[in-house]
Amino acid sequence: MEARLQELKNEALEKIQAAQTVKELTDVRVAYLGKKGPITDVLKGMGKLPAEERPKMGALVNVVRAEVTESLDERMVLLEEQAINEKLQSETIDISLPGRPAKTGNPHPLTRVVEEIEDLFLSMGYEIAEGPEVEKDYYNFEALNLPKGHPARDMQDSFYITEDILLRTHTSPVQARTMEAKGGEPIKIICPGKVYRRDNDDATHSHQFTQIEGLVVGEDIRMSDLKGTLSVFAKKMFGEDREIRLRPSFFPFTEPSVEMDISCFKCGGDGCNVCKKTGWIEILGAGMVHPNVLEMAGYDSKRLTGFAFGMGPERIAMLKYGIEDIRHFYTNDVRFLTQFQRTEL
Amino acid sequence: MLVSTKWLKEYVNTQDLPPAELGEKITRAGIEVEAVIDRSEGLANVVVGYVTECVKHPEADKLSICQVDVGGGEIDQIICGAPNIAQGQSVIVARPGAKLPGGMKIKKAKLRGEVSNGMICSLQELGIETKLVPKSYAEGICVLPEKAEPGTDVLSYLDLDDTVLELGLTPNRADAMSMLGVAYEVGAILGEDVSLPAISYTEVADRAESMLSLEVDAPEANPLYVAKVVRNVKVKESPLWLQQRLMAAGVRPHNNVVDVTNYILMEYGQPLHAFDYDSLGSGNITVRHAKEGEKITTLDDTERTLSAHQLVITNGTDPVALAGVMGGANSEVSDETTTVVIESAYFASDSIRRTSKDHNLRSDASSRYEKGVDPNRVIPAAERAAQLLAELAEGEVLGGSLVFDQLDKQERIVKVSPDFINSRLGMKIRLEDMLDILSRLKFNTEAANNQLIIEVPTRRQDIQIEEDVVEEIARLYGYDEIPATLPRTDATPGGLSPYQAKRRIVRHFLEGTGLLQATTYSLTSEAAATQFALEPTETTRLLMPMSEERSILRQSLLPHLLESLSYNTARRIDSAALYETGSVFLKGQEELLDEQEHLAIVMTGLWVDHSWQGEKKAVDFFVAKGIVEGLAEKLGLELTFERGEMDGLHPGRTAFILLDGKRIGVIGALHPSEQKKRDLKETIAVELNLATLLTRETQALVYTQVSRYPTISRDVALVLSNIVEAQTIEGVIRKAGGKLLKDVRVFDLYEGDRMEQGKKSLAFSLRYFDPEKTLTDDEVNAAHEKIIQALTESGAELR
Repeated sequence: MEARLQELKNEALEKIQAAQTVKELTDVRVAYLGKKGPITDVLKGMGKLPAEERPKMGALVNVVRAEVTESLDERMVLLEEQAINEKLQSETIDISLPGRPAKTGNPHPLTRVVEEIEDLFLSMGYEIAEGPEVEKDYYNFEALNLPKGHPARDMQDSFYITEDILLRTHTSPVQARTMEAKGGEPIKIICPGKVYRRDNDDATHSHQFTQIEGLVVGEDIRMSDLKGTLSVFAKKMFGEDREIRLRPSFFPFTEPSVEMDISCFKCGGDGCNVCKKTGWIEILGAGMVHPNVLEMAGYDSKRLTGFAFGMGPERIAMLKYGIEDIRHFYTNDVRFLTQFQRTEL
Repeated sequence: MLVSTKWLKEYVNTQDLPPAELGEKITRAGIEVEAVIDRSEGLANVVVGYVTECVKHPEADKLSICQVDVGGGEIDQIICGAPNIAQGQSVIVARPGAKLPGGMKIKKAKLRGEVSNGMICSLQELGIETKLVPKSYAEGICVLPEKAEPGTDVLSYLDLDDTVLELGLTPNRADAMSMLGVAYEVGAILGEDVSLPAISYTEVADRAESMLSLEVDAPEANPLYVAKVVRNVKVKESPLWLQQRLMAAGVRPHNNVVDVTNYILMEYGQPLHAFDYDSLGSGNITVRHAKEGEKITTLDDTERTLSAHQLVITNGTDPVALAGVMGGANSEVSDETTTVVIESAYFASDSIRRTSKDHNLRSDASSRYEKGVDPNRVIPAAERAAQLLAELAEGEVLGGSLVFDQLDKQERIVKVSPDFINSRLGMKIRLEDMLDILSRLKFNTEAANNQLIIEVPTRRQDIQIEEDVVEEIARLYGYDEIPATLPRTDATPGGLSPYQAKRRIVRHFLEGTGLLQATTYSLTSEAAATQFALEPTETTRLLMPMSEERSILRQSLLPHLLESLSYNTARRIDSAALYETGSVFLKGQEELLDEQEHLAIVMTGLWVDHSWQGEKKAVDFFVAKGIVEGLAEKLGLELTFERGEMDGLHPGRTAFILLDGKRIGVIGALHPSEQKKRDLKETIAVELNLATLLTRETQALVYTQVSRYPTISRDVALVLSNIVEAQTIEGVIRKAGGKLLKDVRVFDLYEGDRMEQGKKSLAFSLRYFDPEKTLTDDEVNAAHEKIIQALTESGAELR
């Protein structure tokens, strides 16, 4: 009986080593250790042994079982690992194939510029004011110190709908409306929007374009405040090392009036094709709000003063990205629009 | 305004600054120098020559063989093709080795067998624009009016050794529309004085009044009129220096009389007009408003019909000039003129502006009157003209002038305190620096009791209020000196309004779904204005459109957005998905239009394109609908959809979008014929009234506790008539579902061959849930049974 056990053990160990798959090994387990297996048979035959031999035999059976089980388990670990490896092998993919494209749209480049400017001024405590694109002559011109008959308001230059109603030629009427509505209270606003002028469309002119203006009115607002504000804007928008310079200019609604140049962001001021070799790029017009404008909106111009500035996002985008034709902003060529996808932060 | 720096030096010391540097200083002080033009650029080795002999070229009709004295005893043979070449002329010769503007280099050459040692030049070849070249030699070479020393360098002889500054003047700086005005500006910048032209001439004993009488019947439009009479003038070509100055200033020389008036216009900024006394037809000048329908032929040979508000100069009966705009052809100075009447006048700017606009006629004179001339230069300009006519045309100036004068020529007084100036600027400029600037500007100033009392010269009509003085001080002190500070206002919260914030959320959501933001024009054509409009109204047309294509305000964003799709597909970009937010313009009850912010989406081609895994999906109605549904969810709004029809959209694939039962949008596939017209494949369009969506107040977000009890699903497949809509069945299910029914979802639609004609199969997945406990099978079955019953009663068949 002892010999039979030894034989069974050797047989089992041989088959364990011969098993090549998890399934084969499981079959071996069932065959030798199962309820109907030969080792169990040996155990069943123990009843026939004399009582004094039974414990010895029982112990021997347990030793054999333990040995077979241990070998089985060892082999199982090996085969399972092998199986996993084979599976992984078969599941290997070409990681260089392109991924499934995530759908991503993006804002229009003008929105991108406008929003960047908006966010900067929002962070400085400004609000965004909006108004109608079809505007009364009063808000578009008269309230801005451009009375009827003023040379700067030629019918030829504006899209009139009636004698008194026109497509706004700038976003300044929003300033006039806001001042009127605020009834003499301090103001800090940014006014973005579409404007219209009677121009023939070409590479540098567009009958429709966008503007973004700012207005601050309060006690003791000084021209130095304008300069400081514009300087913050220029650095944030065009780079920390930008310098600004103000040049005297003229707008009917501001006095004094200035134009602001920034040091060229391409060449840093040495002169290049972007700055037309001057080192400076004209970015915006600004000035101290004309007392007539304040008074007309019901402000006491002796007590409250203000500054205003205005710029064209088209021009800024064209300069910043080197866009050569203003019409690109309105034809919506996908090859144009998709270029303004990624962040520049 | 073109400013010859050589000419400018006559009035002000420019401290020998290089022109570019001078230009930069002028720019920084407030008048933009747009260009610095070197008149000698590209010119070298060009000299004065004298034609000693001129014969026809034997081999060529149009060529002449000239022997030209080029100085230093040298006589060179030059072949010339100009028709006006002749012996005895002083001409301009480009010698071999010479350079001409445009890069032309002159070499010794042979023309039809004859040697040519250079070229005899026209003014155009020296870089002068054709429109400025005197008519007499516009078609040929330049014949110098005076005999000049052969060999003289043409650069200095023709004053081409000059740099012209092109000033871009803002409308307020009318004072700089003259050489003297620019001299005052430069003087203020450099701290130099201005020397005015010395006016001196002798008058003959006869008085002007003996030949001419003056009447002004429109004193408001013409408060000052001065006329001087000069007789025995010899009309001829002006001397070279005068012609060259005019050309440098962009004015074409004509004859000495006309040139003198133009010269003074440039020098003083005061328009002058010269009448031929004999063709006036009377010894009278009367200024009056025109009679309605009266006619005049102006110097440009155009007959103009006048209106009663226009001012004319007459000979007592008929108009002889359109006042301040252009002279009449009937009284034009000609070569035969012997007696000249010089007019120097002040015409009110609005009158001239209106007349000039009526006739669409702008002249150097009208553009100055429109902006306002200096009242104190009217009389000196007339005297300066008399002087120059005496000097250059050998005229005899009659004694005195005819003068009508009701013009206020008083200097304006502006009072401003130094504190005011500093507080507006945020600076601390010292009083003495302010006084220095004002004295450089030649503004007489008195400082008393912390006040500057400034007498503003009449040439500076733009200085009217304190703020104008602030600007003068600041610009000459230097804007670079202004410190950079930030407003010292109370902290303001700022920020976006809920509407603006939600608009950004909408934009970011749409971009997240894969749409590109587009921008299109608001102006469109009559045909496109109301196409796809949700609530079309009467259209709004511009009074003076630039073109029919851009004449009407749009009432829908879709036509232009679809045009953008066609633009892309025409460039072989077959798939595109765009959105736009913008205003549409409707006629309402108010004076202004009813502007509504809309949102539109268009898509064509493939929506999903992942080729190597075989995933391609064209855009369809449901892609767009999904976006709209997602948007509604984002905004916390419940939108419903209702089958509808709209011109241009597919009648079976169009739905109106409703918010609280009110129609606020449309979604549809483009009608096949519309697609064909626009050269598009399957295209889906959406338009929504964005303003309505964004002005709706959003409910506060309420959190529901996540339940630990499971949800139980039951499916139901139905056979239905294919005209029955899914949302109807969903309604039946929801109504019968009771409180345990949590969710209903369509999971299958089958309309294929295996279905009976006119039927479809629709399968729903229903989810049951009780937040309080785990549902038992019996409870779910009971609820589900009720739904099945309701479905059967509604005519649906279980599959």
